[in-house]
Order: sequence, then C-alpha cells, then structure tokens
Amino acid sequence: MTFALETRGMQKSFGAVTAAADINVEVPERAVWSLIGTNGAGKTTFVNLVTGYLHPDAGQILFKGRDITMLGPREITRAGICRSFQIPQLCGELTALENMLVSLAISSPETPSFFRKGHAKEAQDRAMAILERFQIADYAPRLMAELPAGVRKLLDIAMAMTGNPQVMMLDEPTSGVASEEKFPIMDLVMEALAAENVTTLFVEHDMDIVTRYSERVLAFYDGRIIADDAPDEVLSDPQVQRYVTGTIPGREGAQ
Amino acid sequence: MKILANTPVAAGLTLAGLVGLAFILPDWALFLLTIALAKGLVSLGIVTQMRAGLVSFGQGLFFGLGAYVAGLMAHFTGITDIFLMTILAVLATGLVGVVFGPLLAKYRGIFFAMLSLSLSMILYGTISKMTSIGGTDGLNVAAPTFLGYEPEARALSLSLYFYTAIITVIAGTLTRIYFDSQQGMISLAIRSNELRVEYLGASVRRAHTQNYIISAILGGLGGVITALAIGHVDPESAIYWTISGEFVFVAILAGYLSIPAVFAASIVLELVRSFSNLYFPNTWQLALGVFLLIVILTLPNGLGSLLHRRRA
Repeated sequence: MTFALETRGMQKSFGAVTAAADINVEVPERAVWSLIGTNGAGKTTFVNLVTGYLHPDAGQILFKGRDITMLGPREITRAGICRSFQIPQLCGELTALENMLVSLAISSPETPSFFRKGHAKEAQDRAMAILERFQIADYAPRLMAELPAGVRKLLDIAMAMTGNPQVMMLDEPTSGVASEEKFPIMDLVMEALAAENVTTLFVEHDMDIVTRYSERVLAFYDGRIIADDAPDEVLSDPQVQRYVTGTIPGREGAQ
Repeated sequence: MKILANTPVAAGLTLAGLVGLAFILPDWALFLLTIALAKGLVSLGIVTQMRAGLVSFGQGLFFGLGAYVAGLMAHFTGITDIFLMTILAVLATGLVGVVFGPLLAKYRGIFFAMLSLSLSMILYGTISKMTSIGGTDGLNVAAPTFLGYEPEARALSLSLYFYTAIITVIAGTLTRIYFDSQQGMISLAIRSNELRVEYLGASVRRAHTQNYIISAILGGLGGVITALAIGHVDPESAIYWTISGEFVFVAILAGYLSIPAVFAASIVLELVRSFSNLYFPNTWQLALGVFLLIVILTLPNGLGSLLHRRRA
C-alpha cells in the first residue's frame, strides 16, 4: 500500500542536539493526525523536514511512494504538500486580499503573467471566495499589521490551501489565538480540509484540540516518537504523561 | 484623477505633456530634461529591483555599457543611427544581465549591493586601462542620426529630446504594466516575505533574476541616450561608483510606488546639481543630502507616496 506520506529512518541533528532520531511514520490518505510534544521535542523539525526546508542527515521521505527527500520547499509545494506556520508567514506590505491574490497567482497551473493584472476582477472574486470560506472576508482590504491574531492564522492557512494540497502540515494552528477562538478556527480549517480530502498533520499543544480533531496522535520526545496511537490511548500512556502532557508530575513521589 | 489610473491614458497624456514642454523650455532646460529622463530610466531599473527588496549599487555597469555601445559604434563603425544603437545597447546589457542575473540573485541586502558594485568597478577598471578606446579620457560620441535624418543644433537637441520622451514613456508604461501584473505582485510579496513565496511554490531567485535583467536593459537605455546627449563618454562619469550612487539616490527619493515620481526625482537631482553648481559650487551634495533627509523623514515611501496612495 502506498501512503500519503511516509518517512523511513529519518534522522536530523543540529550539533549535539538530535531533532529527529530514526523517525518512521506511515500516514494513510485522508488521515487526520496530530503531533504533540514539548518545545524542542522535534515536531517543527518534522514539519520542516517533510516540507523540504531542512534535509534529513539520513533516511527517506516518500510522498505517495515518490522519494521527495532532497527536494526544496518549492518543489514539495508543487508536488502537493503544503504547510502553514506557527508564526503566520504573511506579506506585510500587502493587504489580506493581495496576499490571497499572490497565492492564487503562484499556485495557478499557468505561469504568473507579466501582463495580466494581479488585481483582475476574476482573480479578486476567487480570492474573496476563499476569504469568505474562512470567514475573514471583512478583513480583505487590511494590511497585516492591522489583523487580529486569529485572522492572521486563518489567512496563513488559507494561503497554503490555494496550492490544492494533498497533504497539509499545520504547525500549531491555534497558538497565539485566544482560547475561545480556538475551536471555531479549528472547525473552519478542518471542514475545509475534509471537503478537499486532504491528508492532514497538525502540531498542537492543546490536548482538547488533539482529542477532538485527530484520529491518531504522534507524541514526540527528544527527537523520537514515544507514542503513536488513538488520542485517548496516547494521552493515558505514562511516558506521554511524564514527558509531554505533564499530568503525572515526575517529582511527586519525592515530596 | 480617476482617469489617470488608466495606464494607456496616463501614458498618452504624459507624452503629450513632454512634447508640449519642448516648445516652452529654453535649450538648457531641454538638455537638462533629456539627461534627467535618461538617468531616470536607470533609476527606474533600481526601483524595479527595490520592489522585491534588493538595491543595486552598480547600475553604472549597465549605464556605462549602454554609453560605450553608443561611443564605440560611432567610433569604430561610423554608424550613428540612434535606433540601431538603442537596439544594440538593449541586446548588450540584456545579455550581461542574463549572465550575471542568476548569479547575483542568490545574494541579498548588502551582499547583493556590494557584488553589483564590484561588477561595475571591474568594468570601470578595465575600460580605464584600455587606451585604445580612450582610457580614462573616454571617447567623443558623434551626433546621432535618426533613420537617415541628420539634424543639427536646435533640431538635434529637439529630436534627441523627443526620442528620449518616447523611450521614457514606453519604458515607464511597460514597467507600470509589469508592476501591476501577477509577476509584479509576486515581487512585492518577495519584498515582505521570501520564505512564504518559496513555500507558495514560486522561485524567488527567478523573480530577482527577471528584475535584474529588466534593470540592466533600462540602465543600457539610459546610457545610450546620455552619451548621445552629452556627446562624450568616459569611465568616470558613466561607470564609476559615484554615478551608481546617484541612481540609488534618485530611486530612494522616488520610492517604488509611482513611476512618474522616479523621473520627477531625477529632474530634482539634475536641477539641484545645476543650480548649486552655479550658486554654491562644491556644496551641491550638501543641498542634495538635506533634501534627501527631509524626504526620508516626511515621506518614508518617497516622493511617489504623494502621487500614488497606498497605505503602508
């Protein structure tokens, strides 16, 4: 069986720090998985490796059976793996609408034109339709500095969606967002991804979101995957509780 | 003002205005305007790169190449047709742009600026040492002919001015169309966030290369016209880093929002230079410096923000 995404013995270290030690995952198509772990456990490194920002020291990354290990972000985006960012990566001198227009112009199968207007009516209509889908159309004429955190997050994800991804990596989609906004944002994003049958992996610190939205959880610690199962199983795993969620304080017995 | 937003209309009106000026302005002002427009073309090239976040400190390379194409053609082949010279200069600078563009597009910020500067200084050094083409003294450039028409005196400066005005309007219009296009919008996005543009699937290096080639050609156009207007070309005034610095000065003064602003800034520079030379010799740089300071403090997006509103 070919998987939407597969890593084989993927390793990456930065000096003495091992950010990925022998990572093996097999993500089936249309899966919705989450990645949990403390800071520095290797979640974002995993995202960076899969999307080509970093290259592994050893091992292989396969996308639908195709080796993409040494490709860069541009080729990997073109192949069909898109990502969003923990800190939204938007173009600050452009408005929200223009950010969408740029994304659409780039992801279009035709090469972006030197003559066709970037603000052409039909392009604007398409951009607005996507902004509406993510319920941020009201912010279309605003510059990035004026957008609330939740809107920036959604815009960042909406931009990644223009590439018609088959696999989407969301790096902490709700970090920096007010707690009451987290579920509405996740509902919107997950609905949009499910509608397109996108295989989704998301990095998340909020365990309520992990349990609610993912079918399966990968728990990272020290560059390793220490648990890989359904959310309830993973969250009740003693190792995960000790190293990731902190629900069993390790020092309690000593007091 | 709404009608000016229509590029072809604005271009037509600009050309009509420039042609009209020829009948009002005295000879010295017409000459100044010809030089200002020609040099403005070079700065327009820098603005093209500035929109994607790069500033070249070596446009003297292309300005000088264009100027020397005119000088050498007239000197060695006796051909003085301005159209042929322009075509050859565009080909020569375009070719150099195609060769060095992909190399320089790997660099950013000060590294790009210094590398572009060093390329221009290599040409400066080489031409300065080539006594067969005049070395540091340069070459005289014969008066241009226009498809067989050989004007003299006032007719010559008028013809050259009209030619410059037409080239300026064509180049300005094409640049505006490019800036407003999808590719042009991608350049603006690169200025803000290169990483995101790569992650969206576009090649940042390719965009920088394209802008570099466009700026090379614009630099060559400016060089040809300036050499023909002055009738002389030498490495000091065509390639040396101080001339590259002037082009950057104009680009920063103008900002990247408006294309007419680039030429307005270029005219300001030439006016300040002429008048300061007349009334306060040796201090005209001081006057320019103060002016630039005021513009930067009051209009951080350059003179263009007066003409072309964009919230930023």
